Amino acid sequence: MPRADPSLPAAANPPGRGPKLRLNLHLLGPLLALILLVVLGASLNGNFLSPANIANVLARSSFTGIIAVGATFVITSGGLDLSVGSMAAFLAGVMIMVINALVPQFGVGFGVIAIGMAVGLVLGALAGVGNGLLITRGRIEAFIVTLGTMGIFRSLVTFLANGGTLSLNFDVMDAYRPAYYGTVAGIPVPVIVFALVAILGELAMRRTPFGRHCSAIGSNEQVARYSAIHVDRVRLLTYVLQGVLVAVATLLYVPRLGSASSTTGVLWELEAIAAVIIGGTTLRGGYGRVWGTVIGVVILSLIDNILNLTNVVSPYLNGAFQGVIIILAVLLQRSRRATS
Amino acid sequence: MRFRHMLMAAAAVTAMALSPSAFAQDKTYTIGVSVPSADHGWTGGVDYFAQQTIASLSKTYPNLKFVLATAGDPGKQASDLEDMVATRNIDALVILPGDPDALTSPIMRVKKAGKFVTVVDRKLSQPGVEDLYVAGDNPGLGRTTGEYFVSRFPDGGNIVVLRGLPIPIDKERVDAFNQAIANSKIKVLASQFANWNRDDGFKVMQDFLSRFPKIDAVWAQDDDTAIGAIAAIKQAHRENQIWVVGGAGMKQAIKQVMDGSKLVPIDVGYDPGMVGTAIELTALKFETGLPMRGSFIVRSPLITQANAAEYYHPDSPY
Repeated sequence: MPRADPSLPAAANPPGRGPKLRLNLHLLGPLLALILLVVLGASLNGNFLSPANIANVLARSSFTGIIAVGATFVITSGGLDLSVGSMAAFLAGVMIMVINALVPQFGVGFGVIAIGMAVGLVLGALAGVGNGLLITRGRIEAFIVTLGTMGIFRSLVTFLANGGTLSLNFDVMDAYRPAYYGTVAGIPVPVIVFALVAILGELAMRRTPFGRHCSAIGSNEQVARYSAIHVDRVRLLTYVLQGVLVAVATLLYVPRLGSASSTTGVLWELEAIAAVIIGGTTLRGGYGRVWGTVIGVVILSLIDNILNLTNVVSPYLNGAFQGVIIILAVLLQRSRRATS
Repeated sequence: MRFRHMLMAAAAVTAMALSPSAFAQDKTYTIGVSVPSADHGWTGGVDYFAQQTIASLSKTYPNLKFVLATAGDPGKQASDLEDMVATRNIDALVILPGDPDALTSPIMRVKKAGKFVTVVDRKLSQPGVEDLYVAGDNPGLGRTTGEYFVSRFPDGGNIVVLRGLPIPIDKERVDAFNQAIANSKIKVLASQFANWNRDDGFKVMQDFLSRFPKIDAVWAQDDDTAIGAIAAIKQAHRENQIWVVGGAGMKQAIKQVMDGSKLVPIDVGYDPGMVGTAIELTALKFETGLPMRGSFIVRSPLITQANAAEYYHPDSPY
């Protein structure tokens, strides 16, 4: 098996890996789009490059960013997870309920918050196991399984909130606030967590057997199976990793507004998938890069930010502006490859 | 034998015609209630008040049966109507159409089948379909809020507007607001859609705060959006310079008004309880035989510290 490993990613890579110049242009596509967007933002508004604005944008990106890192692995191995947004809402709801229920007994303190966090992480992992087992053991398409669980999680949070909003106990909120609003050496906590997740993700994708197996399975499942890769186990792991990362994002989301409702995390799954694709991962699987995903997430957040900082585009055309930028960002890398 | 039956029937009909209350007790009526599912706070309130009203009416009038259906999209809501007419044999329909344009012709079919139709909150694209129309006052919400802003800023002020979704309700509110402040010195720095949503309210407000060094007030139009905007204002430590007005009457917002908050000085109501008003009036149509056809517009009241208690429903999810 170890001998089979190095040969697989090479087979997995699309023919774009040609001469060095083309490779660079392909690699730099998303980065180029990001730079163009930053130049556009800076020329439209003087506050765009202010530290406060940059901190805001990056902190906001962290939720979908952390989720998108997980989605990179799922998509690279040829899977798909549509349930992440609903799962985040559900986990946030349960965390809030657990913390609120514990406060009368244990009082307000870090212990209660830690228990809430642990419950969130365990539930997130279990939700991932559920998705993963249905896909690998149940032999159902990932699209159908996660479409189903997407509806289930969304309904569950609506049910738990009785159709309204679950709000975190006010005193706990004060203790928990720093997890989103706090800074370490001037950098917001969620940005630090996002960066750590991204770096670990990039290392896992490039330097571990797990990452290489993901590419191999996404590229050709049959070949991967013949190469003695435990296809089902690796698949299952990608969904568990996705579930845990959704939980990590939720841990940072809850202290922001201290509430969860049926509108929490709506369309996060599409944002995460879009970020992954903008970043250069192929939707049909086989090739993924985590750093590209990070750039994709930041591009998506910057579009919203620029629209809010200017009056250039009529608010009615926000969606069109987003669509154009997303397509352009992908066009920048793909057109180079097509002509090669 | 046959003749005697007919005679008895005739007597019974005469008795019913003479006394409306006796008429009501004898016959059973089924009222179908169709509302959007709880996809955000306000519709959550709608579902809550629909359930509450049905529970209390069933107790008061044992001869009334109710069929309640919640639908997540217009297609599902149209199917619900077909099922109610085909299998539950309803006598009346109370509906809050999620998308009034899409549901106009399904509702017309119910009307053609001879049912009493009550439409709540949203206007159908064809006039004269419904027997009874119960709705909130969207232009009133904008106007009342605008007038309050004018009263607070006699010498002018800088405000930002967080709009809802790009649909007619939002436009009616914003147009009326703009009209109300047209002749004042208030300056609208910017307005942007925040989709009646907390997270979007937070994001848009963060960006407005970094864009404008001086903002005096925010019209968030919705209490959920206002909560997000307030979190952003607190993060920027500008809560002593800015106040925020939401809308719709969420319990948390009304509580703050009741407690005399400087940050949230007032609220303007748009009560999801209007669905209860509609169900009650429809039930009374059958129970009393009194005239119930027409329009009933629920006002959008200015909720201040003085009258907040009247609009505070602590048990409601909204």
